[in-house]
Amino acid sequence: MTALTTTCDVLVIGGGPAGMAAALAARESGCQDVLILEREAELGGILRQCIHTGFGLHIFEEELTGPEYAARYVERVKAAGIAYQCDAMVISLSAERVVTCVSPSHGLQRIKARAVVLAMGCRERTRGAIGIPGTRCAGIFSAGTAQRFVNLEGYMPGTRVVIVGSGDIGLIMARRMTFSGAKVEAVVELMPYSSGLTRNVVQCLQDFDIPLLLSYTVTSIRGKDRVEGVIVNKVDENLRPIPGTERAFTCDTLLLSVGLIPENELSRAAGLELDPMTTGPIVDESLQCSAPGIFACGNVLHVHDLVDHVSLEAEHAGRHAAAYAMAKRDVGDVNAATHHSSRIVVRDGQGIRGLVPQRVSAEALRQGPLRLTFRPDRVYRDATLLVEADGVVVNRRKKRIMIPGEMVELTVKPEFFVEKFPERELSVRVDA
Amino acid sequence: MLDVLVIGGGVIGCSVARELSRWQLRVALCERGTDVCVGTTKANSAIVHAGHSAKPGSLMAKHNVRGNALYDQLCADLDVPFRRNGSLTLCFAEADRPKLDALYMDGITNGVPGMRIIERDEVLRMEPNINPEVVAALHTPTGGIVCPYELTVALAENAAMNGVEFHLEAAVEGLTSIAGGGWLVHTGKGDFRTRTVVNDAGLYADVINNMVSSKQLRITPRRGEYWLIDKAYDSAFTATLFQLPSAMGKGILVTPTVDGTVLLGPTAEDIDDKEDLGTTLSGLDQVLKVASLTWPSLPRRSMIANFAGLRAHLSSHDFVIGEAPDAPGFFNAAGIESPGLTAAPSIAEELCRRLVAALQPSARSDFQPKRPPVQRFREMTDAERAAAIARDPAFGRIVCRCEMVTEAEVRDAIRRPVGARTVDGVKRRTRAGMGRCQGGFCMPRVLALLSEELGISPLAVTKDSSASTILTSRLDGVKEQSK
Repeated sequence: MTALTTTCDVLVIGGGPAGMAAALAARESGCQDVLILEREAELGGILRQCIHTGFGLHIFEEELTGPEYAARYVERVKAAGIAYQCDAMVISLSAERVVTCVSPSHGLQRIKARAVVLAMGCRERTRGAIGIPGTRCAGIFSAGTAQRFVNLEGYMPGTRVVIVGSGDIGLIMARRMTFSGAKVEAVVELMPYSSGLTRNVVQCLQDFDIPLLLSYTVTSIRGKDRVEGVIVNKVDENLRPIPGTERAFTCDTLLLSVGLIPENELSRAAGLELDPMTTGPIVDESLQCSAPGIFACGNVLHVHDLVDHVSLEAEHAGRHAAAYAMAKRDVGDVNAATHHSSRIVVRDGQGIRGLVPQRVSAEALRQGPLRLTFRPDRVYRDATLLVEADGVVVNRRKKRIMIPGEMVELTVKPEFFVEKFPERELSVRVDA
Repeated sequence: MLDVLVIGGGVIGCSVARELSRWQLRVALCERGTDVCVGTTKANSAIVHAGHSAKPGSLMAKHNVRGNALYDQLCADLDVPFRRNGSLTLCFAEADRPKLDALYMDGITNGVPGMRIIERDEVLRMEPNINPEVVAALHTPTGGIVCPYELTVALAENAAMNGVEFHLEAAVEGLTSIAGGGWLVHTGKGDFRTRTVVNDAGLYADVINNMVSSKQLRITPRRGEYWLIDKAYDSAFTATLFQLPSAMGKGILVTPTVDGTVLLGPTAEDIDDKEDLGTTLSGLDQVLKVASLTWPSLPRRSMIANFAGLRAHLSSHDFVIGEAPDAPGFFNAAGIESPGLTAAPSIAEELCRRLVAALQPSARSDFQPKRPPVQRFREMTDAERAAAIARDPAFGRIVCRCEMVTEAEVRDAIRRPVGARTVDGVKRRTRAGMGRCQGGFCMPRVLALLSEELGISPLAVTKDSSASTILTSRLDGVKEQSK
């Protein structure tokens, strides 16, 4: 049995907030043949399990829960008649935009798309990845897995909890577990600052008197069958545990919120160029990847703090994907060699991590404005951001505070470049 | 009355049980864990050793070389991934060349075929990612890699197909000899009367032996810590890379695995607690430090897991195989540490030969040596995938994204003979949860499938041991869904 190859104008991989917003924007740009492939049983992505509020303040100017925010997009997708399949997992993608997908109802499908939007989201960093020593007993969960058990399946994964890492999901889960009758003993953060949003530190920890131990790490997990406790140590400036600073916590559960990683297995297999800092694809101002006609948005491109920003970014990708698909080009006719290589490189300078987009055309800079995003490498107060064109400072901007837990936006305007226009490189650095 | 009761469901016990199932014997296996392959077999280097590092004249040497030779047929019969990737024992100092020569000579004495000492340039041509400071290496083409749990599960399934009874959570609490011959074995799952006993109890083989024999054994758990590197580094090396051995073992190796990951380890540390499978900061650091000599650019940021295994070490440092001198009908396979995995098929042959001599059974005409092939979605072509989904739509629902495991495979792993009862049991059989997200996405779905297939509450599903429950309570106010 061989799968038939069908075609599609804009194929969106992932039906979470990014995928739905991209599909809607593609449709609104006039593209009729849009298809969303979602691997879960329903559209909505990770928002389905984020039952806390705080979503939609920018886009809807009201405070919604995750499922409410998702539902608004699901309704729009349905109203627009956009085709979607759930339980449909893409298992391969080629640079020529041939997608292979499997699902129980549609079997194995091969779809050749004029444009592809990557919207696969991200996954959580694991205990193994950060190398916490100790036993491999039950009771160790990523914060997102625990959130799924509590919010989607209605089960408690523990009664006495220590949370490692102060990422937003960990902070949200500290409050969620407390609401549900568990005792959260502490949140342990390796860095001297929280990696989550300030509002979450206040609303999820401080309001519940949950201690946040900064510059601490878990040095051992104890327990044979189920977690019995953890040992934490203070760390030095090189983030190495300091002997003699051990503190023991008795607990039956350890939740990890130690970072999110864009899920780029498909992108890597398609040969897309990835950015070692964001770990997402390298994109230009249209959010197009190194392979022509493939666009990326949302957490697969770089990890966001706010879903509203994901939606806005995804609309941008969806519009460009639609334009690409509708340009009446035969699939695969763009010369990849002249694609990203002619662009100006956007480079992280001192103190800056993960500038997106990483490539930009001269036209985009001339026409402007261009929105860049990044994270600072640590907390900065009253620092100046310097924009440089080929190493020459063209703009300075004061920033009162920048923290790694909150993505920073920087708008680059054509007037920056009156004296000096970048030929090769545009960079941003912090002058602390 | 049983003819043979095998104690222990590790690779040795399951190999012995399968070997015995070729004969008209009533065989049972009891295992204290919730699954086969939960002791020393589950966490080791997964290497099929060539046989040059075992002491000439030892049982280790004999069964290593013989066991190695049996692997091709065994893994073909059981549909278990096995690769003769060859091994290199690396020498990093001119002064150490005599040690390399001595290893070569031991290999010759042990009967290891095809060995060669090769020089730096050839080593680096074979394995360009090795530290260029390497001086020379011993190349042993018969070295291989296998997945120890796939193998052990396959042995158990095949033994069960051929009539062996499996009793899980049946820890042996005592043995009594029966007047006129045979043994009464008391376990957590009742008593067994049996003509003979085979003690394959791994770390606890001393405890079992010492219940019946005055020739006491003392097994020391020797802990080895490991790191596992993401399969993005699948192509870093072809061969298994040893450094010249030290007194505490074969040293820290770097090896590809049959699953595409790269394994670093083990340390060797004698400890007191036979249950302490914890890794330590210092042990894990040591692995990285020593492995960096072999692989200077090893990607510290691409680790997916760390774990520890315990070797069943006897101070005599050789296998104890055969009938206890003062306990007729009680056979030991004790002190089975490295190269125990390699030696398993040969040890099973040897013990079976002795049991057949003692019990005088006839051969079975209906022994089925082949395990039905396991359907592995990730190994199928797209045409095969399309056909599989058409046959069973559950092949179209991917449960584990990282390792591409489908719902059909998870259900099959639970339904097969000696099937999975726990999340880790599913993981060992299907690889669901073995990948880079370490079960973050698939564990809740595997848990739900176990609950459904086994007909138990999600609250009763365990990770591994019977006390390792995952969920602690129903959320207040949640109504049960009626099915």
